Amino acid sequence: MLAFILRRIGQSAFVILAMAALVFLSVFAIGNPIDILLAPDADQIEREQAIVRLGLDKPMWEQFFVFLVNMLHGDLGRSFVHGSDAVHLILGRLPATLELAIVALFLAALVGVPLGVIAGMKSDTWVGRSIMTGSIVGFSLPNFWFGIMMILLFAVELQWLPSGGRGPTGTLFGLEFSLLNPAGWPNLIMPAMTLAIYKVSLVIRLACAGTREALLQDYVRFARAKGLSRTRIIGVHVLKNILIPIVTVLGLELGSMIAFAVVTETVFAWPGMGKLLIDSIARLDRPVIVAYLMIVVAMFAMINLIVDILYSVLDPRVRITETAG
Amino acid sequence: MSATLEVKDLSTHFFTRAGVVKAVDSISFSVERGQVLGLVGESGSGKTVTGLSIMGLVDRPGRIVSGSIKLAGQELVGLSERDWRTIRGRKIAMIFQDPMMTLNPVLRIDTQMIETVLAHADVSRESARERSRQALSRVGIPSPDERLTAYPHQFSGGMRQRVAIAIALLHDPELIIADEPTTALDVTIQAQIIAQVQKLAAETGTSIVWVTHDLAVVSGLSDRLAVMYAGRLIEEGPTAEVLRHPHHPYTLGLLNSLPINNPQGQPLNQIPGSTPSLLRLPPGCPFGPRCSHRQDDCASAAPPETSVDHGVRLRCFHPVARQGALA
Repeated sequence: MLAFILRRIGQSAFVILAMAALVFLSVFAIGNPIDILLAPDADQIEREQAIVRLGLDKPMWEQFFVFLVNMLHGDLGRSFVHGSDAVHLILGRLPATLELAIVALFLAALVGVPLGVIAGMKSDTWVGRSIMTGSIVGFSLPNFWFGIMMILLFAVELQWLPSGGRGPTGTLFGLEFSLLNPAGWPNLIMPAMTLAIYKVSLVIRLACAGTREALLQDYVRFARAKGLSRTRIIGVHVLKNILIPIVTVLGLELGSMIAFAVVTETVFAWPGMGKLLIDSIARLDRPVIVAYLMIVVAMFAMINLIVDILYSVLDPRVRITETAG
Repeated sequence: MSATLEVKDLSTHFFTRAGVVKAVDSISFSVERGQVLGLVGESGSGKTVTGLSIMGLVDRPGRIVSGSIKLAGQELVGLSERDWRTIRGRKIAMIFQDPMMTLNPVLRIDTQMIETVLAHADVSRESARERSRQALSRVGIPSPDERLTAYPHQFSGGMRQRVAIAIALLHDPELIIADEPTTALDVTIQAQIIAQVQKLAAETGTSIVWVTHDLAVVSGLSDRLAVMYAGRLIEEGPTAEVLRHPHHPYTLGLLNSLPINNPQGQPLNQIPGSTPSLLRLPPGCPFGPRCSHRQDDCASAAPPETSVDHGVRLRCFHPVARQGALA
């Protein structure tokens, strides 16, 4: 198990390095930040000074090398715009996005798995069919439209929930979390639901397909022949088998929710990382963009690692091939 | 003394969009305590559905439409799902064909055994584990303590089938339905498993319904033989009698198509034609169109069940003459 984890960490490090090169070079190729950062009436001397100050006078390979060395020290550069440390800037926004994504993830799992299993068990009844039809609606609704409609209904018409922004927060390790302060929960509900709606549909479909397949397996028939209760057959025998693909997909989806909650955050004016990324792209704030992408890459590598470990917990066959190989 | 299992006029039909499939059509048989009944037939003859009917495991669109299944005098047809659950695994156990598929791949052996004990007995986890350990050693699995914490994929096919048998025996059932349990195993393992089951059944007085398409397997194992064709029982009697003097042309055809009954160098004997679709059975005797003894009246009505000598029951208008049997 330890060898397995170490090898996976090695793979992750290689992925991060390759992505660093790719991200740095591609961002290097877009636009000239000097044009945007300096006032149009700046003279040649001011331009030269700015270029030297930002390190843009050095050749590209040297800039990349400096970037790599700094990255290993946990420094991904300073924002051209804010003048502050890019990583700090992003991580400062991280808790807001993180808790949004995690609440959405739990919603997706807690709503999606039971509905999917029910749909799979009763696939030829109206209950099963309506769940599956509902999931198609969830798939096809544009995220922002769903968000706006929710604001219209719950914030404007019924006035049950605030329309946007992040409410009061609680503090943990110097970071601010809405989850820690019940007064902040109403603000979290609609954005999390908006973010979750697509994932719920996805999980329903996965769970439904998995359940339908599992129910036809001999081990389910054997479990019934043993005289087990329906609850135990579904809750243990079926569920543990269908969770494997669901965990994989949810892991990847968690990453994409954290990294690309841009639309939802914009609709609900949620001060998360997505909003920061959009602003930085608009201002060609290269260090922030690069730092953002690197953090996202590292995060995906880590989530995949965790998913692989979870996988081997769920499926004993994975463990065996790994130790043998 | 009443028989362990008494099946009377059992019919299990499947109501599909294409029509009603009479997978099991009015069959009757009984199994005495400690006896083995071989239920033989080709694929699609209804033998597996018969087994599932006795377990109460027929799923929609199928259901038992009529007849009676009595286990030690207790009527099973019409039981509620809750009552069925107290029978399954405790009084009737089932072993399936493919040991690769019957154990849940992601659960440890101990989980799958202990849950079976706890489903029917009000005992502690510890004693359930102990009982599982004993069951494993009873079916000849070495170092059962270690094997309990293993996963199914760490066992060979034969060992998995032993585990399945151990699970079936956990509650010393009165009846075991064995649905082709050795078909997926190679011949030496097959023989071991059969010997094992025979021994255990003799020890505990458990009756067995051994479902198979392989006459060679049941010939040495069963006390009585029941041959199914197109959902009906066409011949039933003591194994030795049925094998030595098959009355039904279909039984004779089955025996003749065994490679061992075939002169060397000759093409293998086969029954001409193929099993009819249960949706479009020929009129009269379903075996009629393939039968070498067919006469005009065969297509007019399905032959009723008749008793012939030596305790054999038969559905045939023109049975094979006794002398005309195998040499």
